[in-house]
Amino acid sequence: MSNFFEKSDLSRNEAENIISDTLQKCDDGELYLENSKSESILLDDNKIKNSSYSSDLGFGLRAISDEIVAYSHSNEISKNSLKQSSENLKETLKSVKGTYNHSIPKSNKKYYENINPIEQKSLNEKIEILNKVNNYLRSTDSNVKQVTANFLGEQKSLEIIRSGGETLTDVRPLIRFNVSVMLEKNGRKETGVYGVGGRQSYDNYLKEDNWKNVCDEALRIASVNLESKPAPAGEMKVVLGPGWPAILIHEAVGHGLEGDFNRKKTSAFHNLMGQKVASEGVTIVDDGTIDNRRGSLTIDDEGTPTEKTVLIENGILKNFMQDRHNARLMKTRSTGSGRRENYRHIVLPRMRNTMMLNGKHTQEEMIKSVDKGIFAVSFGGGQVDITSGKFVFNCTEAYEIINGKIGSPIKGATLVGDGPSILKEVSMVGNDMMLDPGIGTCGKAGQGVPVGVAQPSILINKITVGGTKL
Amino acid sequence: MIKDQEYLEQKSSFCLDLAKKFGASDASVIVSNSISETVNFRNQKLDESNRSDNLAIGITTYIGKKKSSISSSNLLDDNLKILIKKCVETTKNTPEDEFNSLPDKDLLAKETKNLNLYDDTHIKNDIKIEYLTRLEAEASKEKKIINTESSFTEDKSNFILANSDGFCKGYKTSSFTASSVTVAKDDKSMERDYEYTSKCHLKDIKNAEELGKISAEQTIKKLSPKKIGSDKIPIIFDKRIAKGILSTFASAISSSAISRGTSFLKDKINQKIFSNGLNIFDKPDILKGLGSKSFDSEGVKTETLRLVEDGVLKNYLIDTYNGKKLNLKSNGRCGGTSNLYFDNGKISLKDLLNLNSKCLYITETIGHGSNLVTGDYSVGATGFLIENGEFKFPINEITIAGNFKDMFKNITLANDLEFKYSTNSPTMMIEGMVVAGK
Repeated sequence: MSNFFEKSDLSRNEAENIISDTLQKCDDGELYLENSKSESILLDDNKIKNSSYSSDLGFGLRAISDEIVAYSHSNEISKNSLKQSSENLKETLKSVKGTYNHSIPKSNKKYYENINPIEQKSLNEKIEILNKVNNYLRSTDSNVKQVTANFLGEQKSLEIIRSGGETLTDVRPLIRFNVSVMLEKNGRKETGVYGVGGRQSYDNYLKEDNWKNVCDEALRIASVNLESKPAPAGEMKVVLGPGWPAILIHEAVGHGLEGDFNRKKTSAFHNLMGQKVASEGVTIVDDGTIDNRRGSLTIDDEGTPTEKTVLIENGILKNFMQDRHNARLMKTRSTGSGRRENYRHIVLPRMRNTMMLNGKHTQEEMIKSVDKGIFAVSFGGGQVDITSGKFVFNCTEAYEIINGKIGSPIKGATLVGDGPSILKEVSMVGNDMMLDPGIGTCGKAGQGVPVGVAQPSILINKITVGGTKL
Repeated sequence: MIKDQEYLEQKSSFCLDLAKKFGASDASVIVSNSISETVNFRNQKLDESNRSDNLAIGITTYIGKKKSSISSSNLLDDNLKILIKKCVETTKNTPEDEFNSLPDKDLLAKETKNLNLYDDTHIKNDIKIEYLTRLEAEASKEKKIINTESSFTEDKSNFILANSDGFCKGYKTSSFTASSVTVAKDDKSMERDYEYTSKCHLKDIKNAEELGKISAEQTIKKLSPKKIGSDKIPIIFDKRIAKGILSTFASAISSSAISRGTSFLKDKINQKIFSNGLNIFDKPDILKGLGSKSFDSEGVKTETLRLVEDGVLKNYLIDTYNGKKLNLKSNGRCGGTSNLYFDNGKISLKDLLNLNSKCLYITETIGHGSNLVTGDYSVGATGFLIENGEFKFPINEITIAGNFKDMFKNITLANDLEFKYSTNSPTMMIEGMVVAGK
């Protein structure tokens, strides 16, 4: 745990006084202190291209009054700097008359260990694995023309000091291992990407040559794409594979269920609480409590313990995801979903691990039932327009389905659909739920946070496929 | 107050000296400070204020052909000592790469041009609040507008870039940015749109009322959209989308994509890749230009590049490392382009809209649908159906798709270029793309 006041002219006591003074007539707020260390080691084009290390330190002071949030952050943890931030907040909140809400739930549960993954493996060991990855891929398939592999490791320590001096802390490890391979055959180039990660040490993901499985998967995807043909264009049935394709749920539905968009009534879901928004059998939860997962948090960035929040139960909209600010204004409780990229950003309600739970069908049944459609196995990025509800995502591995059978692979196409109605088009939910491999980063208002997704295979009756073949 | 040149220079020389002392043969350092103050409004009321004071330092150390780097926001001397020591240690353990080096000395910028990129004006939050009050009052006039959000940001930055070959330069920049986001509703739909203005100097930004008005009008126009059938149809890209196609082109001619062989434009130098008559420039010395700079992020001087002349690709965007790999000299484009733009076309926007009896006018795309390796492009889109030059009705939930290699050769540009962003294009028409809809 970092001692943020160790090398500062600011004592903990003085900081507590400034916080209490700034927040005395506010509804909520806190001082957030953060110290993070991160490393990146990149192999590219047969060489170690980059080995870098970063250490980031800073604080953010937040004051909330009614609907107004005032925030100020700086890298210098000093008396002057904190006072300047305090003055800046007071300038915004000139005439406040709230009552500070001291209550914050507590929990002893932890969902990851207090480790620093960067220190648990030497630089030379990491470089050795990256070189092995490069050699393995290039010797496995002579069509391999480019290999990129990298390690990202991070340890983030944070401390939240609330008015009155209550203190909450967390130390979060996070790693990611990624492989990208480009193949070239008969003048055609295609890439395949795969990765793994989560809140444990590198070895938990690399043991027993597991790195080979990551390479094999990247290579498999690239090889499939090398044989792909133009995707069809138009509305058709789509079977989504289990695991990572759940970013469809994340984009199409998850964002629209975040508290801020609903308080502001800019989400297409804002007036649908308690109503049927999905087919029967569709249950979606957002869970921050799965051990060591990328989207898991012991406490959120406001200090609230995370939980498993039921968003949609058997088709009915049950809950939005809330941070303290939006929860207070919507007269409900925080679901432990208050997150920020780092101290430079304000807290927003965000997803953690968003999952559609198992149904009773098999993937085979789904594919058999489709005359003409596509089977989407993996995706690149996705995006949603919260207001209109329209979302897109890009297939990185997909196949056509003809007369109940999987046919040729098709080129990366974009799928576009309507968030509020897509879940009503789900006609079968599979029994093969899978978590994603631990690679997701969600962007919102310029802030990226690590997230997870999970789902079983699902059959969607109608979605628009953005191919080029009419 | 933003840190002055003297403070930044002192930190940079402290770091370079330490790097040498710990055993680096060469080193480069960038020290920067930026202060940004933002006020956000929502539904005609103050919603958020945000002040951000960012210090950052980035150091790269070399031992011969070995290289490593560190970055930090903690500029205390004790911390820098620990980090630089760690950086040099890591450098020793990192394998050699024959192309690693500081830039050639004779390519380094000799001077910092005065490009008028800094406006000293500091505006208090009250002034920002007054601007946003006028903006949202105008944006909320129409009944169909049910939600308004707007924001005003003042940014000031200063930096010093230095290396062990004696380069040490930096300068201040500023920007003033206001934006308006509006949500409109009717019985069939809810839509959102925006307008934005950003300039180096305060007096050059759009006035508040104009910004609110444009944003509201654009949003209301989008209400009650329809979905159309799949078709091959000419597509007109609004300027704010057309610039994205230019950015994709820039990524595809970056020397790193070329040297790694992962660009669909590899080996296309001196070949015709765009329609006849098309010219693309990257001009770093536009006064008050949002992308203007005196040198790139390695200190290499930047000059105007004619990237495409009459449809022919003339230059890549080259940095030191990839330049050495390709046996080419850096042209000062480490960190990307400066003010990148398509030259104006020959016809007016009105004539462009009338070129075909039926086309789509796209105002927004979503999704990350550009594949630089293959050139495949497929994104979600919203916009309008145009018949005989007239806006007929709004459309959404469609995708547009094609391949850049074909798209580039089928571009027609209007003559309405303006310098609103750092990358700018006139309104653009591309023929031969496929729309997927119903």
